[in-house]
Amino acid sequence: MANTGAKTRGMTMTQKILADHAGLERVEAGQLIKARLDMVLGNDITTPVAVKEFRKIGRDRVFDKNKIAIVPDHFTPNKDIKSAEQVKFIREFAREMGIVNFFEVGRMGVEHALLPEMGLVVPGDVVIGADSHTCTYGALGAFSTGIGSTDMAAGMATGEAWFKVPEAIRFVLTGKPGKWVSGKDIILHIIGMIGVDGALYKSMEFTGDGLGHLSMDDRFSMANMAIEAGAKNGIFEVDEKTIEYVKEHSTKPYKVYKADDDAEYCCEYLIDLSTVKPTVAFPHLPSNARTIDQVGNIKIDQVVIGSCTNGRIEDMRMAAQVLKGRTVHPDVRCIIIPATQKVWKQAMDEGLFDIFIEAGAAVSTPTCGPCLGGHMGILAKGERAVATTNRNFVGRMGHPESEVYLASPAIAAASAVAGRIASPDEL
Amino acid sequence: MKVQGNVIKYGDNVDTDVIIPARYLNTSDPKELAAHCMEDLDPGFINRVKTGDIIVAGKNFGCGSSREHAPIAIKASGISCVIASTFARIFYRNAINIGLPIVECPEAAEDISDGDEVEVDFDTGTITNRTKGKTYNAMPFPEFIQEIIRADGLVGYIRDQG
Repeated sequence: MANTGAKTRGMTMTQKILADHAGLERVEAGQLIKARLDMVLGNDITTPVAVKEFRKIGRDRVFDKNKIAIVPDHFTPNKDIKSAEQVKFIREFAREMGIVNFFEVGRMGVEHALLPEMGLVVPGDVVIGADSHTCTYGALGAFSTGIGSTDMAAGMATGEAWFKVPEAIRFVLTGKPGKWVSGKDIILHIIGMIGVDGALYKSMEFTGDGLGHLSMDDRFSMANMAIEAGAKNGIFEVDEKTIEYVKEHSTKPYKVYKADDDAEYCCEYLIDLSTVKPTVAFPHLPSNARTIDQVGNIKIDQVVIGSCTNGRIEDMRMAAQVLKGRTVHPDVRCIIIPATQKVWKQAMDEGLFDIFIEAGAAVSTPTCGPCLGGHMGILAKGERAVATTNRNFVGRMGHPESEVYLASPAIAAASAVAGRIASPDEL
Repeated sequence: MKVQGNVIKYGDNVDTDVIIPARYLNTSDPKELAAHCMEDLDPGFINRVKTGDIIVAGKNFGCGSSREHAPIAIKASGISCVIASTFARIFYRNAINIGLPIVECPEAAEDISDGDEVEVDFDTGTITNRTKGKTYNAMPFPEFIQEIIRADGLVGYIRDQG
């Protein structure tokens, strides 16, 4: 490269991953690029549309049968005939194309808990998924983003996708989170601060020595909700915990990217984790955040603990810690959904199910189910739920006049016992 | 290309769950989806909408779920174009990919009222409000996206490239 004398700014973590996957030395925010894909994902709702679009492209095979994952998880185990037909349609496609990573009931899990657990995503990967919470894998230091069915079809056909290179917001995390404060509380706090479009079209890049206090499960739940701030992706700096997780779960080669010291950020937030309180997002936006001491007396009808945000083993353990020796309030249905078969077995082996069942909670097979108002816990008119899920939009869990309050597993479990939104400290 | 129609106006953060609730996602048939379009935000939409009508909304239109069923439902309901201050990024991609015309224009989104008669010229990016006698200039699409639009969506674009 000719030395023009002009100093070029460094790149963010996301920009470096995208440059490498586009075969470019460097990229800049706003640049349109085509990037090579390491994984293309779809579920039972989005894949049927993608398959129809794939057929229109006219290719008779996918770009790489090992780099596509299809996870029927939203309405499965199939809730009705139409859902069964949709899954049958994509199962036949997966067989025809020889797609290796098609996960059937009994071997499946909620997609964004399943893929990292199966070692299908590693640091430095570029992943697109026809599900908005595909941004979850940013916890592993991968660039991953949600797209629609047509982009999934194009990705399956060509192994590439077009992106506008995003600029980034830098979140520098310091300090140690207090009691009952999890990744969920931190991300709800952040979304409350910047709003549901606060990171629109941008990357959220998480760094700082506070990361050392966040487990991988905390990071998954934070990256998962980057989309709730409108972000293109959320991404965490890779550290020893990431590498340990990857070595335990995957044999895929990985590459660690680090943001340049002089990378340009559109803004920066310094967050002292020790000041973050347990946080609840009130209806009907994830940004309607209130700290637990400001929620008032909100009586509830249902609690859901699970989802791609909070259905992992630490979430199950946290719920069990709060529910142990206590009982679910008589006016509340408490539904606990381990996100994958592996989490399910681990929770069972650790005796967590004994605690849940003795407390009067129901334990479900893995499914997205109630999170999107699909099945397994739909709300009636006027009902209220505390859920560890990711969205509280109008009608999200059922009737348009029902309400969803988003919270951590600790708050959700405590609320199940109290019959109103509560902290474990109040029990 | 130009479209013209009456405006149906909404506010900020119209999410894809209210555009097409998940309880209807056990099908991807555009007609079936259109029958429930906007149901949880505006149950009257389906009876009111006429072919060619234009949705105008505030910021972050189409936020939330990546379901392509949302722009599919809007397109199949007869809406000719969506104008918003900003679009959520997945909805933005999906709309372009399936050929639902969208225009980002904060000024128009602010000024246009429900029921106004509006014309959108996609070649020039000019939005004309016939009711109020005003014009607004939308942000033009980058050249690459214009190519996708000219190819009638992403599938056509890839097919053209071979």
